[in-house]
Amino acid sequence: MEAAQALRELTEISSQIEAACLFDAQGQTIASTLPDGPVSDRFVAAARALLDASDGVAHDSATGPLRQLEAATLGGSVFVVRDADLTVAAVTRPEPTSGLVFYDLKSCLRAAATEGDSDGKPRPKARKKEASPSESAA
Amino acid sequence: MRALRRLFGFLTLVGLALAGIVFYRRRFAPRRERADLYYEDGSLVSSEQGEPDAERLLPLAREVIDSARASA
Repeated sequence: MEAAQALRELTEISSQIEAACLFDAQGQTIASTLPDGPVSDRFVAAARALLDASDGVAHDSATGPLRQLEAATLGGSVFVVRDADLTVAAVTRPEPTSGLVFYDLKSCLRAAATEGDSDGKPRPKARKKEASPSESAA
Repeated sequence: MRALRRLFGFLTLVGLALAGIVFYRRRFAPRRERADLYYEDGSLVSSEQGEPDAERLLPLAREVIDSARASA
């Protein structure tokens, strides 16, 4: 699915999300619900600064890298979820249903990662053709 | 039998009072700002308003929120 479509579906599904942005590991904006240009760039830069600061929080190294975060303020909450290639950041109204927002953001990341499929539905991987014993013997 | 009934009534009252306290605290208690960080193994580091990590992260979160709402 195209990243922009994944974000559109995210904001349609979740009424709690006010704005969201998908970006890559270099901070390049892939898609955004905000106007393109400086507005999106500022949002991504702020989200990356939050993510970088969160990476610096002391924790047991055995826990692995930071995968998601929620910062809840009185004015609203910020959610960030990342996988190996993509990161999605979203702003919600105050006191959102955190579990639901995380679920929707992860679904959005998965959908964006299936870029190239016309309908965005996950496809099973093509099975490798196994050689029959007679073929392998030949 | 009467003593048992009294005990049951007393326990019901205590239960209702506790439920009322929980409801009141959830509904009217002042909300606290916090930052929750989730790691790959599923572990969580939570930092509340007033703690050093939260004091560092919450202003950055406010910047994200402001940047999103500036265009509205």
